[in-house]
Amino acid sequence: MTQTNRRSIALALALALLVGVGPALAGNLTVKGSDTLVILAQKWAEMYMQQNSNTKIQVTGGGTGTGFAALQNQTTDLCNASRKIRAKEIEACVKAFGKRPTEYKVALDGLSVYVHESNPIAQLSIEELEGIFTAKIRNWKEIGGKDQPIVLYSRENSSGTYEFFKEHVLKGKDFASSAQTLQGTAQVLQAVAGEPKGIGYGGAAYGAGAKHIKVSKEKGGAAVEPSEETVVAGTYPIWRYLYIYVNPALDKGEVAAYLNWIRSDAGQNVVKDIGYFPLPKQLRQ
Amino acid sequence: MGLERGYRARPGEWIAEKLIFLVSLTAMVMIFLIFVFVTREALPILLGRMSSAATLETAVIPPSQMDSLSSEALRQYLGLTPAEFAGKDRETLELLMELKQEIAAEAPEDKDATVNTAAWRYLLFPYQWTGYDHPVYIWQPVSAIHKYNIVPLIVGSLKTTLVALLFAVPLALAAALYVSQLASPRLKEWIKPAIELLAGIPSVVLGFFGLIVMATFLQNVFGYASRLNALVAGIALGLAALPVIFSIAEDALTSVPRTYTEAALALGSSRWQAAWQIVLPAAVPGVFAAVALGFGRAIGETMVVLMASGNASILSWSLFDSTRTITATIAAELAETVFGGHHYRILFLLGAVLFAVTFLANLAGDLVIQRLKKRLEGKRS
Repeated sequence: MTQTNRRSIALALALALLVGVGPALAGNLTVKGSDTLVILAQKWAEMYMQQNSNTKIQVTGGGTGTGFAALQNQTTDLCNASRKIRAKEIEACVKAFGKRPTEYKVALDGLSVYVHESNPIAQLSIEELEGIFTAKIRNWKEIGGKDQPIVLYSRENSSGTYEFFKEHVLKGKDFASSAQTLQGTAQVLQAVAGEPKGIGYGGAAYGAGAKHIKVSKEKGGAAVEPSEETVVAGTYPIWRYLYIYVNPALDKGEVAAYLNWIRSDAGQNVVKDIGYFPLPKQLRQ
Repeated sequence: MGLERGYRARPGEWIAEKLIFLVSLTAMVMIFLIFVFVTREALPILLGRMSSAATLETAVIPPSQMDSLSSEALRQYLGLTPAEFAGKDRETLELLMELKQEIAAEAPEDKDATVNTAAWRYLLFPYQWTGYDHPVYIWQPVSAIHKYNIVPLIVGSLKTTLVALLFAVPLALAAALYVSQLASPRLKEWIKPAIELLAGIPSVVLGFFGLIVMATFLQNVFGYASRLNALVAGIALGLAALPVIFSIAEDALTSVPRTYTEAALALGSSRWQAAWQIVLPAAVPGVFAAVALGFGRAIGETMVVLMASGNASILSWSLFDSTRTITATIAAELAETVFGGHHYRILFLLGAVLFAVTFLANLAGDLVIQRLKKRLEGKRS
């Protein structure tokens, strides 16, 4: 045992000498940021480390904002983000290391709107969803359902899903304060499954239990069901990219190899297992 | 100093004594340090020195006019320190000028964009934000305009705590009175540990019980709209506070001298009359202390309310509305805030408020216990 260990250390040392003490951060990567991406990033890291045993990747969450802060302070190599970087954050990066961070799209995410199985409503427009979640529409009969109040289920405001839904569906308006906030998509699904008056939202790839509603861009427009094809093709209206940001000075050697692997077919196959959608082919390299 | 009896204390004992003294000192130092840390993080908000305005009012200068600015003016416009400014090449400075434009373009077009929402006025009083038709108390920290009104959270905390006390105090006091005055010694040996075991149930389990079992049961009984609400959370919270109130109240009742009861019985009262009219009034300060400590326990509890209250930040006194408490807000939001940012500091401010409230409740409880002791020992008139 010790002998093989010693041998492998010797081998590694010899290799390191051959390569010339390696690229900047020989084999140690830190990844920080979005909690939406953290499970996917951990899975990527695990798979990549199996194939490249001399690379060590550390993944932590903390939220997109925290990730950008770490990118500015140069305490992380890669920053996971569930939204685009803001100009203020770019400014802080430029002040810290003089360059715009490089942006990589790494996966797609679609959000579904769930209602109870017994709810007769099958489709809604973005505008109606906005009305429902800002409490302008308070009763199901206003949009053609039964005469009963609407019970709203939302996510905790620390979640990327919450921010995304607020920005893209509510157009930045505030959620109704009567919306109950739950800790995860699974909880939202469970709550809606047990509440005939309820409505909630969460990852499109999340499973059964409640009815996924078809969504149309405009009122009366063609309503689209959330599925891999419609999200990847962009016809389903509630979707977003997930990103990785990196300091361009570090984007070489191990970091570049890892980013390429994530965007390769091997990396994108992992995406589906976790519950997001792979990038369309033309965006992969 | 009891260890210094005789000619000289043994060295081993001396060391042990000092160690114990150090350990007890650590507890005090820790409390003090925690308090200092929490207030330090909240200080910029307390003093109104923090701005959360979405935009600044300075005009944007296009990058093409960079050369028309003096280097000092440019430095100030870009918000750089002299040392930072010296280290930047021209390309970086141009990039920073472009970014100023991008920031201006990205800023929300809103009449409230320049409002410092972290000022006391917006933390405590209603305000008519864009898109609302009347002034509102609103907690929406993640938003283009950060809305940090803490009143709904304070009301939420008070509401659930009140329900918890209304539920737990009568039950705990009745149990304490029964166990200390009326129960046979054998029965007492069973009941007392059983109630105190309730204190050993992890609060996450109580929360889970509230979320799954009690919420459904209470909804079937009362038929209200939202399944998780202040009533469910309050009752689950009551289960957490009950053993605290019980054990302290029971101690207080038991420490009333036996002679009181005996005198009452000798004068012809029944056991119930003696317990209710003689012992309970004599123990009132201790009972009050028990309630105060129960209040501290209930208002500081996090997991139960996080799971069972629905966490909607509505300002309402109705028990059947979902509610969001201070503790649940801190637990749910702190992980995602930017370190040192205004959201982070406001959560610490909430923590400081909570700390002050529980500290005062515990202090009040403690002072009253002292008073009771003195009174029963006859040191006070």
